[in-house]
Amino acid sequence: MAKENAADMSHLKELESTSIHILREAYANFKNLGMLWSIGKDSTVLVWLARKAFFGHVPFPLIHVDTSFKIPEMIEYRDRFTREWKLNMVVGQNKDALEKKMTFPDGNVDRTTCCKYLKTNALKDTLAGNIERLRFNHEKNQYETDPSALPFTAVVVGVRADEEGSRSKERYFSPRDKDSEWNVGEQPPEFWSQFKTDFAPGTHIRIHPLLDWTELNIWEYIEQEKIPTVSLYYDQGKGMRYRSLGCYPCTTPVESTSKNVSEIIEELRSGKFANIAERSGRAQDKEGGGLETLRKEGYM
Amino acid sequence: MKHTNEKKQREAKINEKMNIVIVGHVDHGKSTIIGRLLSDTGTLPEGKLEVIRENCRINSKPFEYAFLLDALKDEQAQGITIDAARVFFKTKKRHYIILDAPGHIEFLRNMITGAARAEAALLVIDAGEGIQENSRRHGYMLSLLGITQVAVVINKMDLINFSEEKFNAIVSEYQNFLKEVKIDPKEFIPVSGMQGDNISNKSARMKWYAGNTVLEALDSFQKKKSLSELPFRMPVQDVYKFTGYGDSRRIIAGTIESGKVVVGDEIIFYPSGKKSTIKSFEAFNEPQSFAAEAGYATGFTLSEQIYITRGEVAAKKSEPPPRMTTRILVSIFWLGHHPMEKNREYFVKLGTTKASAVLEDIHRIVDASTLQYVSKSQIEKHDVGECILKFKKPVAFDVAEEIAPLGRFVIIDNFEISGGGIIRENLPDKQTWVRNIVQQRNSRWLKSKITCGERAEKYNQKAALLLLTGSSESELNNFAVNLEKSLFEDGKIVYYIGLESIASGLDADIDNAAIPAKNQKEHLRRLGEMIHIFLDAGMIVIAPIEGLTKDDIGLIEAMVNPDFIEVISFLDSAREKIDADLVFKQDDEFINVYARIKQVLRARGIIYSPW
Repeated sequence: MAKENAADMSHLKELESTSIHILREAYANFKNLGMLWSIGKDSTVLVWLARKAFFGHVPFPLIHVDTSFKIPEMIEYRDRFTREWKLNMVVGQNKDALEKKMTFPDGNVDRTTCCKYLKTNALKDTLAGNIERLRFNHEKNQYETDPSALPFTAVVVGVRADEEGSRSKERYFSPRDKDSEWNVGEQPPEFWSQFKTDFAPGTHIRIHPLLDWTELNIWEYIEQEKIPTVSLYYDQGKGMRYRSLGCYPCTTPVESTSKNVSEIIEELRSGKFANIAERSGRAQDKEGGGLETLRKEGYM
Repeated sequence: MKHTNEKKQREAKINEKMNIVIVGHVDHGKSTIIGRLLSDTGTLPEGKLEVIRENCRINSKPFEYAFLLDALKDEQAQGITIDAARVFFKTKKRHYIILDAPGHIEFLRNMITGAARAEAALLVIDAGEGIQENSRRHGYMLSLLGITQVAVVINKMDLINFSEEKFNAIVSEYQNFLKEVKIDPKEFIPVSGMQGDNISNKSARMKWYAGNTVLEALDSFQKKKSLSELPFRMPVQDVYKFTGYGDSRRIIAGTIESGKVVVGDEIIFYPSGKKSTIKSFEAFNEPQSFAAEAGYATGFTLSEQIYITRGEVAAKKSEPPPRMTTRILVSIFWLGHHPMEKNREYFVKLGTTKASAVLEDIHRIVDASTLQYVSKSQIEKHDVGECILKFKKPVAFDVAEEIAPLGRFVIIDNFEISGGGIIRENLPDKQTWVRNIVQQRNSRWLKSKITCGERAEKYNQKAALLLLTGSSESELNNFAVNLEKSLFEDGKIVYYIGLESIASGLDADIDNAAIPAKNQKEHLRRLGEMIHIFLDAGMIVIAPIEGLTKDDIGLIEAMVNPDFIEVISFLDSAREKIDADLVFKQDDEFINVYARIKQVLRARGIIYSPW
């Protein structure tokens, strides 16, 4: 390392350093900081980067929005690493919509509306502390109702600019108004590693440390760091694997025989997916206003 | 089979990444060029082009490559690029991230957001329209942002029948302008983005042009030079001690902006001037390392524990130190809706410091689109101003020309980043002489094994200086002894000291008759040094100074950590209007005054509750 200079700095080291810098800025500037963990590969890399930034610890809560339709293995994985990595885990859910069966799998609303209820609204309410939040108690080894309803005013999210159009417009520090809405046309300037860390009461900030990473970078980093990932990403012998993880009724696997991380990297480099969008297995992106409308309303 | 392996190997090797920005006047075809680059390099995801073609068909608009980038609906409705979108593509040489910067003046902040991250820039000019306002403005902004690798793309050559003569005319006019802003473009490329000439394929219609295509020009840009050869600078982001997680390491964390350090290097932190030695580098899931350099987000522990906080700049004792002053000469570009005004307070973010500053004076305002000087008393949106900023407390920085990352800053006005600037020169202020002494003193200070945090814990108080002022010396002293007694009786470790007390002893060598004004300052300096010792010992010091001026406070602040100082003023008798933390009338009752002082001390965490 001593003889290297920035020009020789590996591309992963460069990405990692920027992300760590952003995470430390976020931690230094925002008191009620949380990080969304969807259990997918991107936000898992984000959790790992937090452990890098804070020397093995994640000194703020991780927030998971449980739609109840997540693939069961994802939840097992979440709880396993919550224990192993001693994470401060907070889980929220839109119980109201689930009880009233206002969901797509129940056949009562379309996909986009279902996303809006179970993800966007659940997320907003979890962040605001409007609904019951569960917090993992490491001593008792179980989830308990979180006595704190303190709103999160800053949230770290693992979106990447190369995922789809609207995400390419994001800032590293992106303000949302009090209704979590995103004003794309009026974003603050952001330059010289100086971010918007001052904000008027009532607004909150989304922080995006992974903005410059590509899908390939994510897998390369998972390989380099040996980050454990959910097995759904790998072919179990049926010639299928998930490329992007979501709720099972709306996420479909892709045809692939990649059985491990290095095979996925090979596959991505070979250009097999070069012409297919990563989220092509996510049905909600294709309906109506799709992801863009969802995001303006506060979706990740 | 062999072929595939070779291809794989080649693909696997392309890890180099470069951020580039494409700037220029609105409608000069930036997005079209990007769209064409994506299409020519085979970067588009399947279906993306079809969706956009379909969109155009429905809206009965002719298909344009630009639509690829206008990913958001409301953008397509307006037909202008709102934001600095990121687009990825790769060539045989490296991966590129294009930060598309809008050409519309209203979106200058987005142009800057895109351009500031770039290592190189393409400046696009419409051959038909020629050089426009933002062709110049963006050129100037690139120069301010420190981007020196520039290629100029003369687009829409089809509109001028691919004429070499007209091309040359634009080149020579624009070259003259760029010279003035100290940009030396690598090349001028005639293209037609719409028809694909000289983007990735040499144009058959411009045989007179022998230079690079746009794609070739991109690949010939050099990677940004490492700043590792410059003096070491690391703005401290935080000091971590995760005791709650069973971790007792105390880690100074930050991203190294320039230079390199190894274990055992002596480090001085600025502006405090405190000194220590790097004991170890800390990291998670990485092999132990013994060195770090520019570009790395790192963390290290120190051999001797010193109290430092976020915002200080770490430098090496063996290298030139950063500058330190309260006044700097800067070039500011303003983006705020509300103009930047003289004598109004702003926050300046420089490195990890956030400091309060006022615009002391405007030397001149430059119209960025013409480079003409205009006379204005405030810096308006999109103006570039050469001016003087004055900080409340001294800040550590470098001149932009020497160490760029430590020589630039942003300005916060009403919660928003409203401008940016680069530091041209540091200007002397009234405290420079004292600061030089203090720096020497701090770097040679013999350290105790007891930290100031340990003292605070033991004494149940934080060190603080209570500066009292008013016009009646006897009443001030009277108040000071009462305050000392009350704090003492409340269990605080407190000491009252006045200028008079040191006049005949410590200051016996000063000849007051010789040069009274300077000697007054020397008295104050010695008092300040004594106070510094008391504060280091963890005490609360009460110092009454009759007729305290702003300059006096500045001088004491240069010697004592300003965060330790509370200024208490008796308003109706003060000689000069000073920025006091607490203001009382001469005849206020002591018991009430004391209660309010306690309240403030508690709020500042100097004394703890319960009292």
